Amino acid sequence: MNAAATQLEIDRDKGDFKYEEHHKYDAGVGLNEGTIDYICDVKGEDDWIRDFRKRALKVFEGKPMPTHWATKDLENIDFSKIRYYLSGDNRTKKSWGDVPDEVKETFERLGIPENERKFLAGVEAQFDSEAAYSNIKDAVAKDGVIFMGSTEGLMEHPEIFKKWFGKVIPTGDNKFSALNSAVFSGGSFIYVPPGVKVSHPLQAYFRINAENFGQFERTLIIADEGAEVTYMEGCTAPKFDTATLHSAVVELVAMPGAKIEYITVQNWSSNVFNLVTKRAIAHEDAVVKWIDCNIGSRLTMKYPGVVLKGRRARGEVMSIALANEGQHQDTGAKMIHAADETTSNVISKSISVGKGRSTYRGQVHMPKHLKGCKNNTECDALLINSDSRTDTYPAITVRGGENYVQHEASVSKVSAEQIFYMQQRGLSEAEAMSLSVNGFVNDLTRQFPMEYSVELKRLIELEMEGSVG
Amino acid sequence: METETGLENPIEQAFQNHIDGLDTAPAWWREFKRQSIEAYANLPMPSRRDEHWRFSDRSRLETIEGFSFENSDSAKIPQGYTEWSNITSNETAGLTFVDDRLVERAPLPANLIEAGVIWLPLTKAVQFHGDLLKDYFMKQQADLGSEKFAHLHAAFVKSGALLYIPKGVEIGNPFTVFNWSSLSNGTIFPHTLVIAEENSKASLVEFHGSIGENPALSCGVTHLFAGVDSNIDYTLVQNFNEQTLGFQINSNVAGRDSQIDMHSIILGCQQYRSETHGQVKGAGAHVDMRSMVLTEANQEIDQRTLQTHAAPNATSNLLFKNALMGESKTIFSGLIKVDETAQQTDAYQTNRNLLLNRSAEANSLPGLEIEANDVKCSHGATTSEIDDDEVFYMLARGIPKPVAQELVVYGFFEEVLDRIADDTLAESARQMIRSKFHQ
Repeated sequence: MNAAATQLEIDRDKGDFKYEEHHKYDAGVGLNEGTIDYICDVKGEDDWIRDFRKRALKVFEGKPMPTHWATKDLENIDFSKIRYYLSGDNRTKKSWGDVPDEVKETFERLGIPENERKFLAGVEAQFDSEAAYSNIKDAVAKDGVIFMGSTEGLMEHPEIFKKWFGKVIPTGDNKFSALNSAVFSGGSFIYVPPGVKVSHPLQAYFRINAENFGQFERTLIIADEGAEVTYMEGCTAPKFDTATLHSAVVELVAMPGAKIEYITVQNWSSNVFNLVTKRAIAHEDAVVKWIDCNIGSRLTMKYPGVVLKGRRARGEVMSIALANEGQHQDTGAKMIHAADETTSNVISKSISVGKGRSTYRGQVHMPKHLKGCKNNTECDALLINSDSRTDTYPAITVRGGENYVQHEASVSKVSAEQIFYMQQRGLSEAEAMSLSVNGFVNDLTRQFPMEYSVELKRLIELEMEGSVG
Repeated sequence: METETGLENPIEQAFQNHIDGLDTAPAWWREFKRQSIEAYANLPMPSRRDEHWRFSDRSRLETIEGFSFENSDSAKIPQGYTEWSNITSNETAGLTFVDDRLVERAPLPANLIEAGVIWLPLTKAVQFHGDLLKDYFMKQQADLGSEKFAHLHAAFVKSGALLYIPKGVEIGNPFTVFNWSSLSNGTIFPHTLVIAEENSKASLVEFHGSIGENPALSCGVTHLFAGVDSNIDYTLVQNFNEQTLGFQINSNVAGRDSQIDMHSIILGCQQYRSETHGQVKGAGAHVDMRSMVLTEANQEIDQRTLQTHAAPNATSNLLFKNALMGESKTIFSGLIKVDETAQQTDAYQTNRNLLLNRSAEANSLPGLEIEANDVKCSHGATTSEIDDDEVFYMLARGIPKPVAQELVVYGFFEEVLDRIADDTLAESARQMIRSKFHQ
């Protein structure tokens, strides 16, 4: 195996395996106040968290499904049939040796130990509700960097956690952020002290292993003044007959001059509803960059956002979505300009294969009396088959005269001449197609960390198999 | 206020009076209107959750039944409706309405009558060409949010113009329709229906304006049908006073190898909602839609467009340009829909907003829904202020800043005005823009 190939091996077939469930704690099916009490009791949470969860449950119950703008497929989620909390032993294991064998085997197949040993600074792996294994290299911990499951973060560092928890994404932001606030469990908590630049990316894996299970991780990353951190997450799930639900809330806080890069490779199996709320606050001179690749899931609805709160803050979203047969990738970006001279950049590329459907939804907001704000949005869609579908729905509001916004979108297909040219040189039609598609996303993947761009290239090759003809 | 038996509300009473006044209209027409007023009453007002009304100020919609829907026949006809009568160079024929009453008519030349061209106010068209109207009148459903107001239009419409061009007839000079409103809290329902048969060609210019400064409601509909290989060129100039509330619901259907050019020059109204659905139904058709909007003070111009491609090898092109002054607001929401069967489609959509004041607000919602893969589709939207370099260049040559700004705006709109084939019409539009700068 070459160096690149040993990285994140999470192609769909690799993820499609499951282990016997031995859940010590199981909140049962359905959601009510009792479910929340159960979760709080198991986790030994403070009363303020219990109150927070119960308030969120009310908000969740009160909010209608957003089907007036989103897909009707959401109505197929039966909230009464979902299991909201499962865990083996809810204490996170610190040493690799303590991790149960079958959990280890899962991660082995996902290639985590390799990564961990080689150059990743720390790994947090979430298996159903709780983090199963968590470790962070001494070098990182020495600088005062905190990297742990959010459950532990809440207990061990409440002074930092409480200050930002639910502040970037309030409970009532949308129906699914309310659901997450009611039943959240697991996820990562990262705090990077002022001036510390974490040289290697921190990494987490999320995996759904049980049928009818909903995973609701909650991630909070705070980069203090002048700090820098890169975080990567990957997601997989085996295929079950019934749909599973993943509804995460991710909050990022970039203090003045801080830099956060958040990378996601989402490869859920094609029966997962992936409804995620991700948002960042960028203070003065801070930079937040979301890199978001959506390959898996049945329906993904995810619009990473940046609230540009401080002068000269910058927000970026780079996303690649691949919608195959039976999939709907409804992704996009939100840029809320709230200070002078803030800039944002959104580049989105989507590929629709077979009857797959990809959608871009964007929002750019520049309120009154801001000066020198700029936004650039580019969305390109590639349609592979004649019944593939793509939609683009941006919303741009600009007040005042000293700001500049541009938005461009295009739709195209793979050029027949290109394919013909490559076939002339001995490539099969499928190989030619795969090369073309990789060419389409190339200018974006080049900006990704090397191991992710290699992984993505392989995922695209796999997805393109059999799409021609 | 109401007795126990339940007095009809004013709009129902006005509708009854309207029906009673239709002495010459056939029974089907009355029935159609009855169904329309019912449909109007049954549909709810657009709600906050309605995506078609995102960013729109819906508060004034609730007030529309406060306007008078009563017949204006007894009111005195005011002067002033000839103001823009030379809006084009040489008109073929014309109709002028004030408060929905026909006040002037430039008749159709005899040779065109012989050729089978029909050019009639709606009241006459209903009487003599009922079959044609049954096939075409209000046959395109409003589908961009104003369904309720389209039914209101159908219930009360009485004036309006029907233009029918038979097979093979080509007419160079434009037809003109003037719709004026003058009464305080009055209502007008301009209707324009153009049917171009195979290999025919025609152009029509429609003007909407106010005599005086009375607030009014205008609720208009324009439907264009372009048959095989035909050509329709349509221009709407909307120059109501800034007290008026306006709705304009447009739809055009392009048949095989036909061409439709639609130009909108929008300057007036306190609040104006315009919906345009361009439908490519025949292979090889070409639809071109261009619009320019100049707003000031607290005007809100809300434009929603839809380009649907249901046939292959066709092109549609949309360019909407807005320049905003004062505390005004514009909304552009556009969607291109390409069906699975509409391969080799070229569809473009461009929205450009020029902010001339820091309190102005431009909203842009450019959308695409593409289900065919062999297409070229793109949209672009930009919003910015005037380029400093351009203004600096002129300042350096002694041109004062307000003049420089004005010049830039003229230049900005030329991309739309340039495409208007009739020079007099384009010049009339420029004059109206100028007078908006120098009130």
